[in-house]
Amino acid sequence: MGSKVSNIRNHMARVLRDHWWVRQDVPTQMTTPARRQQIAAGARDSFSAGLGIFPLGIALGLLVIQADLPWWLAPALSLSAFAGSLELLLVGMMATVTPLAAVTLTVLVVNFRHVFYAFSFPLHLVKHPLAKAYAVYAMIDEAYAVNAALPEAERSAPRLLAMQIACETYWVGGGLLGVALGAALPAPIKGLEFALCALFTVLTLDAFRSRRELPSVLLAVASVAVAVVLAPSVALFTALLLFVALLTARLALTARRPAKDAAGA
Amino acid sequence: MPSTSYLIAVLVIVFTITLALRAIPFAVLRMLRTSAIVRQLSVWMPVGILAILAVTALRGTITAEPHTTLYALLAVAVTAGTHLAFGRRSILSVGIGTTVYVVLVNAF
Repeated sequence: MGSKVSNIRNHMARVLRDHWWVRQDVPTQMTTPARRQQIAAGARDSFSAGLGIFPLGIALGLLVIQADLPWWLAPALSLSAFAGSLELLLVGMMATVTPLAAVTLTVLVVNFRHVFYAFSFPLHLVKHPLAKAYAVYAMIDEAYAVNAALPEAERSAPRLLAMQIACETYWVGGGLLGVALGAALPAPIKGLEFALCALFTVLTLDAFRSRRELPSVLLAVASVAVAVVLAPSVALFTALLLFVALLTARLALTARRPAKDAAGA
Repeated sequence: MPSTSYLIAVLVIVFTITLALRAIPFAVLRMLRTSAIVRQLSVWMPVGILAILAVTALRGTITAEPHTTLYALLAVAVTAGTHLAFGRRSILSVGIGTTVYVVLVNAF
């Protein structure tokens, strides 16, 4: 009997705590129009990413046909890997029947960068387990980037998921279009892949909201400069690793100072 | 042409590793969520990661077509300029920047 009462009390405490959290950061009691608005906002977020993703998808489809691989490989790769740079790399490896061990190693190295996204990807906004699983599966560079550039108050689960679903649609759709064009078009328009570069430039500007961000940007630029010189073939991965190391050092340095800062202020 | 079973094996490997790399850190971080270090890193990381992605994407474009280095740098400047001058509309900035690059690459 006593344990039953305490169970109920625990449950109530949990409910209260959960609701407190909910009201703090996610409006789960979202009304239908508000929800629809968030989904529309997510679709809008995806447009600029789509400018980069869709042409890249077309390039993937074209490449699959040029490499004499079956057409269904384009959508199958987009769904199973869902990581642009890796897919383009894999088409070449599959065409030459690269050993599976080498494929495994390549995937590990090229996609290892996603490990670093977990620190700041707002997965806690997504409550439903299936939606959570999808958000993790669809955490591509572009989805991470578009979301990271948003102010925290404007993020929500419907907005995030709508953007991710849209991005995946662009990928698969672009790939299918590329497959279809593969036979028809002699040479696709050159240079469209620059959209990805433009997208990341714009998102960096958006995330740079105050001078407080300056140290992070400088450390990142230093990391990527060193990485490009020392490890040009795995520059992205090396740069991220260095960046985390430098931030950790920064943390260690600032942790020792707060008392002094407070005294100075 | 590679056998279908080989292609399927690659797809399975790719799916498993990619998903694991994306999912496992969340499981680890959930245990560390209250850690002040993790919290501070999550504040500092996004802008830096975006800058790193921007630089490596630019470098990818340049290494794929080395003779377009100048066009790429110019297009990045146009993208950033458009973004700051015309009210931070991403689609407009990305669209204009990409158009500049495509036109330059195909015209010269």
